[in-house]
Amino acid sequence: MSSLSNWSARHGHAMVSSMGHMSRHGFATVLAIGVMALALALPLGLEVLVRNVRGATGDFSDAVGMQVYLKTQVSEQTARQLAQNLRGHAGVAEVTLITAAQGLEEFRAQSGFGAALDALTDNPLPPVLIVRPTADAASPDQLETLRQAVMAWPEVDAVQLDRDWLRRFGALLDLLRRILWISAGLLSAGVIMVVGNTIRLEIRSRGAEIEITQLVGGSRAFVRRPFLYAGVLYGLAAGALAWGIVAGATRALAPDAARLAAAYGQSYSLAGPTVDELGLLLLGGLVLGWIGAALASGYEIARSAPGSA
Amino acid sequence: MIRFDRVHKRYPNGREALSELSFEIADGEMAFLTGRSGAGKSSVLKLIALLERPTRGQLIVNGESTGRLPMRRVALFRRQLGIVFQDHRLLMDRPVFDNVALPLIVADISFKEIDRRVRAALDQVGLLGKERVAPLELSVGEQQRVGIARAIVSKPPLLVADEPTGNLDVTLAAEVMELFRRFNEVGVTVVIATHDRRLVQAAGRREIMLENGRVQLDSGATMESTTALDVAALGPITTDGPPPEIG
Repeated sequence: MSSLSNWSARHGHAMVSSMGHMSRHGFATVLAIGVMALALALPLGLEVLVRNVRGATGDFSDAVGMQVYLKTQVSEQTARQLAQNLRGHAGVAEVTLITAAQGLEEFRAQSGFGAALDALTDNPLPPVLIVRPTADAASPDQLETLRQAVMAWPEVDAVQLDRDWLRRFGALLDLLRRILWISAGLLSAGVIMVVGNTIRLEIRSRGAEIEITQLVGGSRAFVRRPFLYAGVLYGLAAGALAWGIVAGATRALAPDAARLAAAYGQSYSLAGPTVDELGLLLLGGLVLGWIGAALASGYEIARSAPGSA
Repeated sequence: MIRFDRVHKRYPNGREALSELSFEIADGEMAFLTGRSGAGKSSVLKLIALLERPTRGQLIVNGESTGRLPMRRVALFRRQLGIVFQDHRLLMDRPVFDNVALPLIVADISFKEIDRRVRAALDQVGLLGKERVAPLELSVGEQQRVGIARAIVSKPPLLVADEPTGNLDVTLAAEVMELFRRFNEVGVTVVIATHDRRLVQAAGRREIMLENGRVQLDSGATMESTTALDVAALGPITTDGPPPEIG
């Protein structure tokens, strides 16, 4: 029991000692924590961005479907028949026929090539069936099965899944997330270096105290302890600040995001960083701070230890 | 017990501080290391305190061969000896209490015990009541005595001092020497490096004079000597605490 209270006492001593030092060197402490917080905020910000983009585009997957391009020579009546057949198909919620004439009308209205199109004798556009699957049949596999079935019809020229662009977009987000992980790794190394250098300078500035402590029998572990605490405190503060930065940035961007969503006729509110992520950042800051402090103090104190040579 | 056995110390810059140095200081002895600056006094003390290691030869302190002691055991080794420096090496930004308590804090002593022992040590050097004072508010002599209290607070069997009176006037120097004599009386081995031969002669203890890193003159063991410090020759002593309780 007494050894436990001694343990807590000497750790308390080390922690108070490092906090005292940090408060006495306020400006350097704020700079170091600021740099570390920015380094930690960047990957978290990317993560929040990816999540929000994914969340916003997730709504489109409700509207996922496929376009069946019939061969141009297929008559309007056959097209209607095919549409009717499709409606009876399992997993199909709705089929809309856009006849060649309607397609040309739409194209004329939207493209502005009206005069050029009038020069055409034949309508080059095929009739198109727009298929919307039922909600329970909208998975990529099921859509693929449906696509195969429809492709087998002789009147069908091509089938395009709306999924395609979503899939490409999803791959883009995956790439972004991988970039996020790489940048998180690099920036973590940066955090370790910042902590390490800050601790190294602190050790240098407290050289006399460290030497005296060692001269009166202080072990290396004892001498290192306040610096390890300092590293951990730096990391925790930087983690909390990084979360705060991203949360603040999300809040600042929320009105613009809402306006953008409204322009697409949707209501979407930006999701900020979660409480879990705060915990993760604190844990990450703690570990990185400890590693940086352990590396710097291990090197500096061993280098300067009296009696080492 | 300290035994130098043909100890050689050469520094990286090529300077040879000690060569083939051999002598022995028994437990409970009080000895002075004298000689000109550069004669090797400081090197001897640094080797004893394991601030440095012998280049060649063997040095045994408190039963440990200092040349081979692994770094992780150096801290424990140093807790068996008290060191007094000429410039006292106090932490100027900490009060007297914290300075004296440092050897106990690093040795994991409970706070209650630290409090008791720090007061006892300050009492012995005549500074009881100055616990909360900052070292800068003390006189030079008082600062040196804080350094001595720090050296003896953990009751080490060996006390080494490097020019402990170097910055003190005659009166203060006599006070400090009287302190060392009292620690020695209760069984502490005391080794003092000094260039002040008047103090050495007044103390009437063993003198090991170094010259070019070798023993030039050794007045021999004086363990049986009970000669008290001839304080009258040096001036009055104001330190009048109770007898030390070391051992």
